[in-house]
Amino acid sequence: MKYKGTVFRFGDNIDTDVIIPARYLNTSDPEKLAKHCMEGIDPGFTNKIKQGDIIVAGTNFGCGSSREHAPVAIRECGISCVIASSFARIFYRNSINIGLPIFECEEAARNIKHGDDVEVNFSSGAIHDLTTKQAFRAQPFPEFIQEIMDAGGLTNFIRNTVAKNAA
Amino acid sequence: MTQKILAAHAGKDSVKAGQLIQADLDLVLGNDITAPMAINEFARTGVDKVFDRRKIVLVSDHFVPNRDIEAADQCKMTREFARDNEIENYFDVGEMGIEHVLIPEKGFVAPGDAVIGADSHTCTYGALGAFSTGIGSTDLAAAMATGKCWFKVPSALKFVVTGKPTRYVCGKDVILHIIGTIGTDGARYKSMEFTGNGLNYISMDSRFTMANMAIEAGGKNGIFDVDEKTREYIKARMNRPYTVYEADENAVYENVYEIDLSTIRPTVSLPHSPDNIRTIDEVDGIPIDQVVIGSCTNGRLEDLRMAAQLLNGRKVAKNVRVIIIPGTQSIYLHALEEGLIKTFIEAGTAVSTPTCGPCLGGHMGVLARGEKAIATTNRNFVGRMGHPESEVYLASPAVAAASALAGKIANPEELGV
Repeated sequence: MKYKGTVFRFGDNIDTDVIIPARYLNTSDPEKLAKHCMEGIDPGFTNKIKQGDIIVAGTNFGCGSSREHAPVAIRECGISCVIASSFARIFYRNSINIGLPIFECEEAARNIKHGDDVEVNFSSGAIHDLTTKQAFRAQPFPEFIQEIMDAGGLTNFIRNTVAKNAA
Repeated sequence: MTQKILAAHAGKDSVKAGQLIQADLDLVLGNDITAPMAINEFARTGVDKVFDRRKIVLVSDHFVPNRDIEAADQCKMTREFARDNEIENYFDVGEMGIEHVLIPEKGFVAPGDAVIGADSHTCTYGALGAFSTGIGSTDLAAAMATGKCWFKVPSALKFVVTGKPTRYVCGKDVILHIIGTIGTDGARYKSMEFTGNGLNYISMDSRFTMANMAIEAGGKNGIFDVDEKTREYIKARMNRPYTVYEADENAVYENVYEIDLSTIRPTVSLPHSPDNIRTIDEVDGIPIDQVVIGSCTNGRLEDLRMAAQLLNGRKVAKNVRVIIIPGTQSIYLHALEEGLIKTFIEAGTAVSTPTCGPCLGGHMGVLARGEKAIATTNRNFVGRMGHPESEVYLASPAVAAASALAGKIANPEELGV
């Protein structure tokens, strides 16, 4: 699976309150949440991006609250994946659980610029900056986590397991 | 300590940092904003029944009493799910409290337990020597279905607490100092373990405060040694058997920090990050518009008593709106009986029913553009309490109360009480 898009850059410690402000947490509807993605830091964000674009950020991306609404908003507004130097722990597991592809790669996060076109190979973790021709490699996922991602998230993984056991 | 608890719950003799395990859970919890998403996912798992209806707790606390129609729908959904699945431990308006104040109060967590909650401040229960950590809604759904959760075993940081704190210094000042020292990702993926004879001077309420904010340093969990204070607290609230886990003499820590309580000053976090700390001596005098005393961090009886001690017989400054929120109905009642509520109202403050409310900019005290608040809450990222151009300063109840009187950020030591 490959992802290709234009990069939107953010800095360090991008917290969940800017990704999806709490006043919007009165719904679980992904479509409604998507409208307010990154509103706390870039109010016009959802109008600027196109389907498949990529977020690149610094350290501790997604810190703060456990709100799963944050990766849901990112996935639903059309972002194909997030590359960061490091992720906050709850955001990291939430992304895996809902099937939002994330890649931890300090070198990529440091070198890729806003507006670059980037391609990411999900299974190998290879990241190619098509604009600068630079190549990077993200940390691979442990097998168990890869299985969850392959199933499209934890709920699907469980449903497949339940169905398999019932058969 | 954490590694031992995880090993026991994963059916292993021991585990190593970095290892992936599946652990059996003693308690799982959700609230009115995280449970609805979890309920939808649970329906998609294909599992008919929750794993154990006695081990699930659902608390409507964030946007209650219902903030608007959408919030009312979310609470209704949570309420009906609890009813349909015979989950007795569903707490609604009139009975509820802020989840992380209510749950220990009700005796739901014991030392040695493994707890997950769809709320980042679930780490609070580490004060009881349990492994307790925040997760998301899908993890909650999976846990309700299977009774298990996957974890990467954390490495640990040790905080050795010694000395005796000065009069107005409490758990909040200690944990803000720590977060300022190691940063908002200083404990990322790690366990924060608190030990040392200084714990004799840290009450249970202060331990809850400290464990509560482990997440603000990026910690997977915070955990305290179990001592006489813990046992007394537990004994008064439950009588099921529990296991106390102690770190080995030769346990390995990534880093060890010495915290001398006698050197900790009243501490404030400046906008817009919990790790942006200064001591009170460095920030005196910033004018404020609102004070909030409450939240899962500092909404307990000890916090209210400290605020009342300072507000007693005085009136808050004219330019400040002060909102005080007891964390549970029981705390509210105790505060009433002790005359604290009278003190608060006579001082010119607003006293609210338990709710998370303003802490996350939900309701009950949202900030306008340009406004500044000092709060006993746990986060002050941009827009946390309202308008993106508002500011939140984090502090202890003593500093918050002193600031309410002065109309600007003030040092309780200088009040002459």
